[in-house]
Amino acid sequence: MDNNILDIKDLKVNYITDEGTVQAVNGLNISLKKGESLGLVGETGAGKTTTALSVLRLIPNPPGKIENGEIYFEGKNLLEASEEEMRHIRGNKISMIFQDPMTSLNPVMTVGEQIAEGIEIHQGLDKQKSMEKAKEMLELVGIPKERSVDFPHQFSGGMKQRVVIAIALSCNPLLLIADEPTTALDVTIQAQVLDLMNDLKEKFDTSMILITHDLGIVAETCDKVAVMYAGEIIEFATLEQLFTEPKHPYTKGLFGSIPNLEEDVDRLKPIRGLMPDPTNLPKGCTFHPRCPEAKETCKKREPVSIDTGNSHMVKCLLYEEVSQSEGAK
Amino acid sequence: MGEPILRVEHIKKYFDTPKGLLHAVDDLTFDVDKGRTLGLVGESGCGKSTTGRVILRLLEATDGQIHFNGKDVNKLNKKEMIELRKDMQIIFQDPFSSLNPRLSVSEIIAEPLIIHNIVKKSEIGKEVSRLMDVVGLAERLVNTYPHELDGGRRQRIGIARALALKPKFIVADEPVSALDVSIQAQILNLMQDLQEELDLTYLFITHDLSVVKHISDDIAVMYLGKIVEKASAKELFKNPLHPYTKALLSAIPVPSLTKKRDTILLKGEITSPINPKPGCRFAARCNYAMDRCFNEEPEFKMVEGQHEVACFLMDK
Amino acid sequence: MNSDVATKNNASTKTKSKKKRSQWSEVWRRLKQNKMAMAGLVILTILVLLAVFADVIADYDEVAIKQNAAVRLQGPSKDHWLGTDNLGRDIFARMIHGARISLMVGIVAVSIAILIGGTLGAIAGFYGGKVDNIIMRFMDVFLAIPSILLAIAIVGALGQNLFNLMLAIGVSSIPGFARIVRASVLTVKDQEFVEAARAIGATDTRIIIKHIIPNALAPVIVQGTLGVAGAILSTAGLSFIGLGVPKPRPEWGAMLSDGRQFLRNASHITTFPGLAIVITILALNLLGDGLRDALDPRLKQ
Repeated sequence: MDNNILDIKDLKVNYITDEGTVQAVNGLNISLKKGESLGLVGETGAGKTTTALSVLRLIPNPPGKIENGEIYFEGKNLLEASEEEMRHIRGNKISMIFQDPMTSLNPVMTVGEQIAEGIEIHQGLDKQKSMEKAKEMLELVGIPKERSVDFPHQFSGGMKQRVVIAIALSCNPLLLIADEPTTALDVTIQAQVLDLMNDLKEKFDTSMILITHDLGIVAETCDKVAVMYAGEIIEFATLEQLFTEPKHPYTKGLFGSIPNLEEDVDRLKPIRGLMPDPTNLPKGCTFHPRCPEAKETCKKREPVSIDTGNSHMVKCLLYEEVSQSEGAK
Repeated sequence: MGEPILRVEHIKKYFDTPKGLLHAVDDLTFDVDKGRTLGLVGESGCGKSTTGRVILRLLEATDGQIHFNGKDVNKLNKKEMIELRKDMQIIFQDPFSSLNPRLSVSEIIAEPLIIHNIVKKSEIGKEVSRLMDVVGLAERLVNTYPHELDGGRRQRIGIARALALKPKFIVADEPVSALDVSIQAQILNLMQDLQEELDLTYLFITHDLSVVKHISDDIAVMYLGKIVEKASAKELFKNPLHPYTKALLSAIPVPSLTKKRDTILLKGEITSPINPKPGCRFAARCNYAMDRCFNEEPEFKMVEGQHEVACFLMDK
Repeated sequence: MNSDVATKNNASTKTKSKKKRSQWSEVWRRLKQNKMAMAGLVILTILVLLAVFADVIADYDEVAIKQNAAVRLQGPSKDHWLGTDNLGRDIFARMIHGARISLMVGIVAVSIAILIGGTLGAIAGFYGGKVDNIIMRFMDVFLAIPSILLAIAIVGALGQNLFNLMLAIGVSSIPGFARIVRASVLTVKDQEFVEAARAIGATDTRIIIKHIIPNALAPVIVQGTLGVAGAILSTAGLSFIGLGVPKPRPEWGAMLSDGRQFLRNASHITTFPGLAIVITILALNLLGDGLRDALDPRLKQ
């Protein structure tokens, strides 16, 4: 835990709605070392964004509620921090990039002002100095500083996302959370933005949590990968481990669903069925109704996360049994 | 090669905007052979969706001819056009906004049957069930409304509605872009099965290159209203010739550690197709642009086999 | 027919095989959950019943308009629940007869406005271009005149009677409805399902009736309920300045106006009709807001 910058332990988040309680995050554990990049992969409704918002304590309440868990950032439990302390952390030590660059910028402020705002608040610089720093940040993300007086609508989608990145990095955060930062962008622009993010991450030695549904992006930017399903992390491994030897049937299913560019596949092998209803999660392993390898016990017993070697964590009964029978020998 | 079911010749679609004339589709010519899939790829704003709509005459072409099964689509009157709609259908990108929220699943699928008198009134219910079965929708969903269903199921409704008229040709406009990967794979498989079973021809419009490679026989790459390259899917991915295609292919993040591609980063971003400058549309971002590219427009021509490209680099 | 079909047997979703429920029963179900809207609806129902059975409860000629100097300016009592006015008429009787007029004017005026304004707005929205421009600029001119002033002018020109009053108030709210319907049609028209309908060969008429109108209706219904409230207020206002329903027919606004000289020593004369107006309008607004939520099929919390 010493050199971990972030430690999330047994996090549980529920949303209470008219239709029932949505169990968005269910006992999630993540740890992240300084300078590391973690890819948080999963489909819509897996609880990726909720996890990210929990770290910043930005879960809308009501309907959302953090039921349980601890989030240690630099050794301090954020869930016990005061609102005042959180304000000092948000945008300063932890910053976030949202999916849609079109709506995350304020349309009536110039981009320079928007970048300078955070610098002024967190670094105690005066207006003029903050603006100078803002211009530097713009240059850093590849936008000429003369454009700091322009308004967001005068920028294209890719440029706006660069501005958002500049805002996020303006206070040298220790942790950057990027929620689908390139989903709204075209491929060629996505390539530019990812390239930029990789460069800047190295330059500032920032830790990063990259939320995405695209395994291709993970392969290009992350060191570690956590695969989420129905509010749980069902597999956690290094990039090499996950891509060379995916273990959980869901992870394997995800790989089978992606059309492969390298070889010709006649038919994709999709995961059957749909995401479970989050207000009424299946008993036992939440993935069992869709799992091709499900057994009778999967319907009853909930798997625990186990280490299958070299910190490759999997939450699946198939592996629990293997390790148990090995232990018996 | 089979005979072309669709032949598009020099179609153009311009929009009058306050800023000037927007060349959304600028002089496209291509064929689609019966029973095959032509993938139309490009980034946002390149005119690929407009092309699909012009072919179906949901938008009137500014110029050019569209021959479908030998008929000149643009010359048909209203009645003949309605008749032709039986043969040409469309599947939309957004499975939410493309379904009327006030109609139930059965009403949505039955509508084309009613409009065209496909089956007797008493048989409509049966035909709707059959179509739902074909696209893999459970019978019990027949009286639900679109907003009660997830994206994948909604997209299946859209497909069932398109299939109701037993079309020969379907324009699929980004049919899986709004879906999660696992659901996306289900829908792609469904579309392939339907193609085989019903001998369908697809014009598959998408920005996702991995999807287009998977489903298409041939691929046309569009940039700012023009097709810059067209070849068979295999050939295009093995041997891309146009600098834009090369950059596009290299930019795809590949979910694999063994094959890292060297990403070719393009300069700048897509320019606007409003009052485009003379010369090659891609010249401003091209890493190989020569003087000539800014003055003359490269001709779209066959280079080797069935591989067509519009680029001066091919003139060596 | 393929492995994907397995999807349909997926048991993890809650969607039960249910009987077909019509859209309207669905709207009613959602409306019932909204307590404030139901309160509005109950108040309105009582009001309508009172208005319908006004003759049974209190005879019009004998109680509502017959003057009786002996009992003038009395406060609420057993004989006169809400007291009497300066001419000795029973205020409760006058109020329930007044409810008839207020509700009728409200409903008829709004119907006129929806019919004319709605049609114009729908045409402008659907066809766009020049047609749109001509209709909407004309409406803008209309909007530039304060609606109460317009109503005064119409009543003044055509003469003071109940029909002209309804016409005046109806006409003055035409531009509002035209704008709402146009905006609503414009958003619906650009939705992909309209394009989808065109792609399966639906005619313009079918598209308008089956696809555009049902989806454009919600804001009109909401605005309609609020419009009734506005119309009742306008009637009261016109009556107050003496341009409303001719005397001696009881009308809430006129009652307010008549009672204002006696505000100091017989405030009940103005209090009760005033309360009636406030409660009716509140009820209509509550119902209108409730309908707005209930009519949106996508609004599921």
